[in-house]
Amino acid sequence: MDTGLLIEKLILAILLFVVSLGIAAYSTYFERKLAAWIQDRVGPDRAGPFGILQPIADGVKMFMKEDFTPTNADRWLFILGPGIAMFTALMTSAVIPWGTDITLFGRTIALQVADLNIGILFIFGIISIGVYGIMIGGWASNNKYSRFGAIRASSQMISYELAMGISAITIIMLSGGLGLNDIVKAQHGMNWNIFYQPVCFLVFFICALAETNRAPFDLPECESELIGGYHTEYSSMKLGLFLFAEYVAMFVSSALISILFFGGYNFPGMDNFSGNTLALLSVAAFFTKTFLMIFLFMWIRWTIPRFRFDQLMHLGWKVLIPISIINMLVTGIVIAFNEGWIKF
Amino acid sequence: MESLTNRKKVVSDKPMTFMEKLYLPAIIKGMFITLKHMFKKNNTIKYPEEQRVFAPVYRGMHVLKRDEQGRENCTACGLCAVACPAEAITMVAGERQKGEEGLYREEKYAEIYEINMLRCIFCGLCEEACPKEAVFLTDRIVPTEFERNEFIYGKDVLVEPLNDRIDVTKRQHTGTRSEI
Repeated sequence: MDTGLLIEKLILAILLFVVSLGIAAYSTYFERKLAAWIQDRVGPDRAGPFGILQPIADGVKMFMKEDFTPTNADRWLFILGPGIAMFTALMTSAVIPWGTDITLFGRTIALQVADLNIGILFIFGIISIGVYGIMIGGWASNNKYSRFGAIRASSQMISYELAMGISAITIIMLSGGLGLNDIVKAQHGMNWNIFYQPVCFLVFFICALAETNRAPFDLPECESELIGGYHTEYSSMKLGLFLFAEYVAMFVSSALISILFFGGYNFPGMDNFSGNTLALLSVAAFFTKTFLMIFLFMWIRWTIPRFRFDQLMHLGWKVLIPISIINMLVTGIVIAFNEGWIKF
Repeated sequence: MESLTNRKKVVSDKPMTFMEKLYLPAIIKGMFITLKHMFKKNNTIKYPEEQRVFAPVYRGMHVLKRDEQGRENCTACGLCAVACPAEAITMVAGERQKGEEGLYREEKYAEIYEINMLRCIFCGLCEEACPKEAVFLTDRIVPTEFERNEFIYGKDVLVEPLNDRIDVTKRQHTGTRSEI
């Protein structure tokens, strides 16, 4: 292994870390602005011009607050909870391909920290660990509301992961590879999966909303009935980490959705460019798609009211899973027919 | 019965059709409603920079008026304190000494005149009770404080400064419809 590769990956990883934190920080600002616009308000506009320094003010506020640990809380697990939530949210972005290869100083650099050949499995695995952050946090708080939030989070995530996984399998069958790079390359140009699999997209998108605990599936943290759910007892930056992890997770799942269904860094007419121009344009295309997806997430949050818990389970088990299984079977039959494995 | 408004809606509980059970059309409809609101003008008044125009009947912070020669109108008769339903007003009367004719209009004046702004309900009965046109409620806002005792306003806050007279003509004319 040469040092160049090490340095290149290190820089990329740090860049990715900074970018995902920055985007998460500014999504909090944008979310508040969007909520304000939807409700005919102005939103934060005091910190800096148009309030663009608001995330920094919020961060400083979070650090300055008293860091309180309840007496009966399990001290170490109480710290571990937000840590796991943040760690897993950040880790998923490692396998995401951000653009085509870029050439710098005579080296061809892939804009992806790790090109795992099982990228999508890696993401699903890490997301599943993410629920431990919430579960441990809620359990360690030793508070009934937190525990309810944690229980809801775990059951919700487990139920929706099934439908999500099955719809991901459909996409894997279409593109013929588990690596995210393979999936993106199969959607070259305008050959996006959304045109072949709209139902699959819908199921995956709804599950992604549930996985990131966004409204209308924000039952683990509903303010009105669980007073904050799993983070009721948290304060200071521990609370900040939980809230922040949600936004990082939202960014990563937006990126994942744009990879799986909107062609990742592909854009129409990309064959007319090459080299570094193509790389920069592809990164721009990828981020545009991701931001539009984040916008959609927020738009839904400020439109649709929260589900009731039995409705949530009904939707997950009795609606989304059958739909995704039927969709997968139909896709499989069509593929088999196209490949000539079955003949009539 | 004839309905009073045109917003009357007949409620029914007939089973949902398939399209309604899908929920998606309704969700998309709702999302376009929120999208429409995104481009609407907001109604926010950014308070410290912009201020809402108060109605002439607005009842805000009190003022103890002086007459044209700068003498205090209040004679400490105590009618405002009697009228006050919240018992927010207290006063101590004093006798005017020789040489103080420029300060107080009549022989009796209020040495101490205090309004507890936390008790005050801004009903304006003190103003109505006052026979000397001394106390008025203005369109000024009582500012917030951190300590309770800071809300007990004495004469230093309430009496209008000589060089910065407070206009209460709008209050004087409320109720007399012809003059406005």
